[in-house]
Amino acid sequence: MAFEHGETVRRIAAGLKGRPGPLIEVLHAIQAQLGHVPPAAVPLVAAELNLSRAEVHGVVSFYHFFRTTPPGNHTVSVCRAESCQAMGSEALAAYARRRLGVDFHQTTPDGRFSLEPVYCLGNCACSPAVMIDGTLHGRVTLERLDTLLSDVDRKR
Amino acid sequence: MTFIVYVPRDAGALSLGAEEVAHSIGREAKARGLELQLIRNGSRGAYWLEPLVEVATARGRMAYGPVNPGDVPGLFDAGFPSGGAHPLSLGLADEIPWLANQQRLTFARVGVVDPASVADYVVHGGYQGLRRALAMSPEAVVETVITSGLRGRGGAAFPTGIKWKTVLEQPAGQKYVTCNADEGDSGTFSDRMLMEGDPLSLIEGMTIAGLAVGAAQGFIYLRAEYPHAHRALNQAIAAAYQARYLGADVMGSGKRFDLEVRLGAGAYICGEETSMLESLEGRRGEVRVRPPLPAIKGLFGRPTIVNNVITLATVPAILQHGAAQYAGYGMGKSRGTLPIQLAGNIKRGGLVERAFGLTLRELLYGYGGGSASGRPLRAVQVGGPLGAYIPASQFDTLVDYEALGAIGGLLGHGGIVAFDDTVDMARMARYAMEFCAIESCGKCTPCRIGSTRGMEVIDRIIEGQERESNVRKLEELCELMVQGSLCGLGGMAPFPVQSALRHFREDFSQRS
Repeated sequence: MAFEHGETVRRIAAGLKGRPGPLIEVLHAIQAQLGHVPPAAVPLVAAELNLSRAEVHGVVSFYHFFRTTPPGNHTVSVCRAESCQAMGSEALAAYARRRLGVDFHQTTPDGRFSLEPVYCLGNCACSPAVMIDGTLHGRVTLERLDTLLSDVDRKR
Repeated sequence: MTFIVYVPRDAGALSLGAEEVAHSIGREAKARGLELQLIRNGSRGAYWLEPLVEVATARGRMAYGPVNPGDVPGLFDAGFPSGGAHPLSLGLADEIPWLANQQRLTFARVGVVDPASVADYVVHGGYQGLRRALAMSPEAVVETVITSGLRGRGGAAFPTGIKWKTVLEQPAGQKYVTCNADEGDSGTFSDRMLMEGDPLSLIEGMTIAGLAVGAAQGFIYLRAEYPHAHRALNQAIAAAYQARYLGADVMGSGKRFDLEVRLGAGAYICGEETSMLESLEGRRGEVRVRPPLPAIKGLFGRPTIVNNVITLATVPAILQHGAAQYAGYGMGKSRGTLPIQLAGNIKRGGLVERAFGLTLRELLYGYGGGSASGRPLRAVQVGGPLGAYIPASQFDTLVDYEALGAIGGLLGHGGIVAFDDTVDMARMARYAMEFCAIESCGKCTPCRIGSTRGMEVIDRIIEGQERESNVRKLEELCELMVQGSLCGLGGMAPFPVQSALRHFREDFSQRS
C-alpha cells in the first residue's frame, strides 16, 4: 500500500535540507503537518537528507515529543515533575487516567483524547499545571480539570 | 483620551486566565466608549497576584490583582482607567513590597516593557550595552565579563568570561554563540519568563557575545514545552532584524550577527551542553565525552559559546553599567544577583531577584509566606530534579553556590521547590530514579541501568522487603552512579536519593 503522505514528507524534507543539522526541524515540520511522524516517513526522510534509516529512526525514538501514531482530537499533558507533585499532581494524573479510561501515552478508543505525561511546563509557581492542546492551565484542581476536559470535548 | 492598560501575555499569567481578562477589558472599554491601548507585557513574577493588570496614570502604573474576568466591569465602575480605588487595588506596581524589596538587574524590564517592541526596549535602556561593546575591542568586552564575576546561571556556575576568552583565542573562522534555553528543571521558570517578558535582552546579550568572540551566527535551543516563549522570541528576533540590530550590519557597525531559534523535542538531557549541541546538529541528544571542550570544538566541530538564557541576558546590563557595578552585588565567589524561583507548595510563589546572600528561610517565609497548604514546610529541593532535598533544620543555609555545596546541595538554575509535611520522601526518591530512567540518553551503563535498578530497590523498600539490606544496596548503587556516570544526569540523579536517605531516614525505615 502506498504511503498517502509521501509527497508531503518529501516536500518538507527537500525544503529544509539545505539548513545546518536539519533532521529535527524536518521531523517537527512533519509532525506539525500530520500530527505525528508515520513510520513510513522514515525512509523518505532518510533518502532526502542522505542519512541512514537507523539514524532517522534513532532520532524519532529518542525524543519524547515525536510520536509515531496519530494523536487523539485533544492532547492532555499532565505535569509529573516535583513542583507539581508538591501540589497534588499525582492525584490529578490518577483522576485524568480514570476520567479518560486510558493510561499515559495512550489514546482513548474513540480517538477523542491522548493522555501524556510532561516533565515541567515552567509554570511551577502555579502548580499543578496541565496543558491541553497547547493551552496552559495553572493551579488545576480535579474539578477544574473535569470542566476543562468537558469544554474541549464539546468543541471537538 | 486613550488609556493604557497592561495585561501579561506570560504563559503563567495566561494559565490563570489573563487572556479572558484582556478580552473583558477590551469589551468593557468599547461598551463605555473609552479608547483603550492594550499592551501585553511579561509577568513581574508575583504569580500569586496574576493575572496582574496595570493601568498607566500620572502617578505611575497602578496595579490590580488577581483579576478575574468577572471583576472587570466592577473595575471600570470604580474608575480603574484613571487608577481608581477598588478592593483589588495594589497601589503602584513598583511599590508592591514583594517587588520593591528585590534587586532586579537581569529582570529590570521583565513585566515592564512590551516584549515585542524594540522602541520600548531602547526607551528602557536597551541596546546601550551593545553600543558600548561596539566601541570596545573584543578583548576588552571579554575582560569586562570576566571582571564582573558573572558565572553560568544554567547551573554549572562556570565563569562566563573565561569561557568566552577560550572561544576568542581560537583561530578566526566559523564560530557560534548558542543559548541553552532547555530549561527542564522542575521549579525553574526564569528563562521562560525572561524570553517571554524581555526577549530582546537575550538577543542583545547574544549579539554582544558574538562580537566579542568573532561569531556571526547564534542559535537559541528552546525546549518544545515552551510554545509561548517560542512565539515571543520569533517576534522579537524579527523586530530586531527590522531595526537592524541583527543581520549584516549590526547598529551600523558593518559587523554581522544572525540569530535563530531551534526547537528541542522533549529530552531533559539536552540541557546538558554537549547533548544540546548534538541535538542542534539534528541528532540524538547523547552526551559527548570531554575534552574537547565546546569552546574549542563545539557546534559542527567549531568553537562555540554555550550559555544559559539568564547568563546571556545579564550581559547587556554588565556592559551598560560596568563590571564593577555588577560585581558590587553578592558575596564571596558568588557575585551579582540571582533570579530565584519559588515553586511547589508555597503561598507566594514567583521570581525573586536578589544579590546572593539570602537564606532559604528568608526566601521561603519572607517572600514565600510559607506553604500554600498552610501546613509546616518539611523539605525543599533546590536546583532541580538532580538537587538534594534539604530539611527544615537547614533552612538557615545561604542560597549561594558555595554554601549549598557545603551541605551537599546545589544551587543549579536557582529553583526552590517547597514541600509540606505530607510529602513521602521515599516516594520522592523513587521519582528521582524514575525520572533518570525516563530521561537517560542510554550512552553509559551506570545511568541507563542504574536508574531502573534504583527504582526497583526503592519499590522493595517501600513494600517492606528486607529493608536494611535494600537500603544498603541503594546506597551502594547511588555511589556507583555518582562515580561512574558520563554526565551530570546519572552522576547527580542520586543526590536527591542520598539526601532523602540522610535527612528523612524514617520515611524509608519506619513505613507502616
